[in-house]
Amino acid sequence: MKKQGDFSIVLCGEAGQGIQTVEQILTRILKKSGYHIFGTKEYMSRVRGGTNSTLIRVSSAPVAAPVDRIDLLVSLDDKALKHLEKRISSGTVIIGDPAVVRLEGRKGVFYPVPLASMAEEAGGALFGNTIAAGVVAGLFDVTRDDLDDFIGGFFKGMDEAVVEKNRLAAEKGFEAGKELARSGKVFVPVEKSPRAAGDILMSGADAVGIGALAGGCDFLSAYPMSPATAVMVFLAQHAHEFEIVVEQTEDEIAAINMALGAWYAGARAMVSTSGGGFALMEEGVSLAGMHESPLVIHLAQRPGPATGLPTRTEQGDLNLALYAGHGEFPRCIYAPGTLEEAVLVTCRAFNTADRYQVPVFVLTDQYFMDSYYNIPDLPMEGNRAVRHLVKTDRSYRRYAFAEDGVSPRGVPGFGEGLVVADSDEHDEEGHITEDLDLRVRMVDKRLSKAKGLRREALPPLFHGEESCETLFVGWGSTDGIIREALRSLGNKGWSYLHFHQVYPLPSITAAYLKKAGTIVSIEGNATGQFASLLEKETGVPVKERILKYNGLPFTVEELARRIGKVLGEEG
Amino acid sequence: MDKNRFDMGNIDAAWCPGCGNFTIWDILKEALEELDIAPERLVLVSGIGQAAKMPHYVRAHVFNGLHGRALSPATAVKAANPGLLVIAESGDGDMYGEGGNHFLHTIRRNPDITNIVHNNMVYGLTKGQASPTSETGFTTPVQVDGVTGEPFNPLAVAVAENASFVARAFTGHPEQMKEILKAAMRHRGYALVDIFQPCVSFNRVNTFQWFKKNTYPLEEGHDRGNRLEAFRRAIEKDPYPLGIFYVREGVPSFEEGLPPYERNKLPLYRRDGDGKKLGALIEAKRAN
Repeated sequence: MKKQGDFSIVLCGEAGQGIQTVEQILTRILKKSGYHIFGTKEYMSRVRGGTNSTLIRVSSAPVAAPVDRIDLLVSLDDKALKHLEKRISSGTVIIGDPAVVRLEGRKGVFYPVPLASMAEEAGGALFGNTIAAGVVAGLFDVTRDDLDDFIGGFFKGMDEAVVEKNRLAAEKGFEAGKELARSGKVFVPVEKSPRAAGDILMSGADAVGIGALAGGCDFLSAYPMSPATAVMVFLAQHAHEFEIVVEQTEDEIAAINMALGAWYAGARAMVSTSGGGFALMEEGVSLAGMHESPLVIHLAQRPGPATGLPTRTEQGDLNLALYAGHGEFPRCIYAPGTLEEAVLVTCRAFNTADRYQVPVFVLTDQYFMDSYYNIPDLPMEGNRAVRHLVKTDRSYRRYAFAEDGVSPRGVPGFGEGLVVADSDEHDEEGHITEDLDLRVRMVDKRLSKAKGLRREALPPLFHGEESCETLFVGWGSTDGIIREALRSLGNKGWSYLHFHQVYPLPSITAAYLKKAGTIVSIEGNATGQFASLLEKETGVPVKERILKYNGLPFTVEELARRIGKVLGEEG
Repeated sequence: MDKNRFDMGNIDAAWCPGCGNFTIWDILKEALEELDIAPERLVLVSGIGQAAKMPHYVRAHVFNGLHGRALSPATAVKAANPGLLVIAESGDGDMYGEGGNHFLHTIRRNPDITNIVHNNMVYGLTKGQASPTSETGFTTPVQVDGVTGEPFNPLAVAVAENASFVARAFTGHPEQMKEILKAAMRHRGYALVDIFQPCVSFNRVNTFQWFKKNTYPLEEGHDRGNRLEAFRRAIEKDPYPLGIFYVREGVPSFEEGLPPYERNKLPLYRRDGDGKKLGALIEAKRAN
């Protein structure tokens, strides 16, 4: 069923067919023309073949969540319809080449567009994706001049003849799209919004990268692993401009040990990895605990165990981040739910790490990394690096006992003191000790930093009814989806709490939970890891859990259905 | 030995009496003194093991990290502050066993650090198991039928990887060791100094006398620039040559080529980000 003000487009085809190009062209030109957009993708772990799909929502108002509904399906191969079968409804318009797309009794309305022959006319099969982009653009209020300009800019730097052929291809598609719109076959019920054209368009990976830059990140050591690689690429692309060391290491073990060496010498370092790579880093997390070294770990989750579903999403590694590393030491874990939060918490991760000399996590996931949408502004006043280094003198002791557990941190070469960091239990100077009384004092010193970390914890964001009769709780990337699902249900007496810091939990958490009637945790994992953490930390039982762990993010409709069921039972 | 600026005063070193580590300790401090290095400019990075305790006994900055991982933080320390003199020092088990992958890739990266490896062909701190450099047939409480594998040859591997400085010393020839260490520290780029030393507690085969009999100095005229010749000498054994096998001068080091140092030589801790650049980057996303 069509929804006023919101149009959902799915592009589907094989890896290597250029879906990403179509996606990039469409999202940018539609945003530039004044539409709000949201994009996300699901793809297989292969470079060619298979079936991948990208969802683009075009809307009159800001959107930041995937939907099941498909208003327009652009099918680039013969497998797309089967792949998306469950999501195709009688209202779905399907566009594709009649030579490859067969409806075969499925729902949906098929409008054949001879993409292959049009591509040949434009210069070859290679241009099929640009034609498809043109067709979709033609359905919207986009001018031909804008499209021409955009295509010119998009393919800038390529051979002039190639740019020209792409322009021709886009125009061919555009005319076909306009024809579909003119004939009334396809109607897009979306008004433009004057604001959107000038908005910032970026992905979750961009936001983490920008947050890192804001936090003064000048060192990234990493080993490529989906879905964390995007952040490594982002920082590498900006390494010269922002004077950053970006090193692809031989393995994740080297990555984390390098990051620790970098912090030790005065850099602000980050590692970016996913579950399996992070598992290799665990001893390094423990070293950060003992060294009392700052460390920022971007952990982009994907479904495990082991290799799991390498290109898909899950919130399954909260426990891993919580308990990684042998021994007992404090840590901090952020989990952004929006682009603005990703900038905020990644920047803050550097400052918290530096302030408390502990490992700090930014937990994202494939869905968050690969999703993007437009936002009006990104105020950066509060997002800047706060540095805590001291100049040392000859009496400097790296682990001097201090009120809040935090010893002033010096670095080699800054002052006359010597900086001794030791992985053994150590004295205040940093040298090995087996004085067991001192051991106890050092453990207490390290753990006492947890107090400050908790005091400074980011409070969760509350929405809905103050009464908290039914309190839904979410963390990290699910925020946009939960909010839209709840809104779609209207005012049904729900309350919702979103956590972008999951550890340590701010003290206000218990107050919210104690006040609530029923607490329902919504998580992208199979066991409700965050619900269990809430129970452990607050003593309040979290009885209901809405969980998903098939490798895909929640969708708005699915979540609304499952939430509605809970509310219905409660009401 | 006369007291020098790297002495820590009264140190109860955790090594066995007669351990080769004592000689390396003395010679390292002398070499540093003779090179007139300021302790405030020196960072000693180590892993875990008996050799890896060395940094605790030298007046300098110390990064005592994880078993096998010294080379990664050492590389990063140099990258974050190229003005520091960085030494990564550990034993054969740490550098060649647990840290073998980092050994291979640090050579490729070529950071300007000195890598000192105490090689006694046995595990000391864990009490006498085989190390990667133990000779074939070497028996231990674990390798009861003797080591079956081929011993790891760090010098041959380093030459094969075209390392920029490759040397071997022996605690029985302290003067030669000192000259090698000084040359390694002066060298710009990665420098491997593998040091034969006897383990008096757990290696009854490769004793001081055994090393004395089984080593000899490379001749004066050895061509350090000849990679094939260096490789030929690196695979020689019984007796093993001692000295500087291979040197490549003028090879850019890892940190020299890093983006932060293109326009600005300041160490990273002395910089503050440019908010304007970030603002421009964000604004550019409006044109997306």
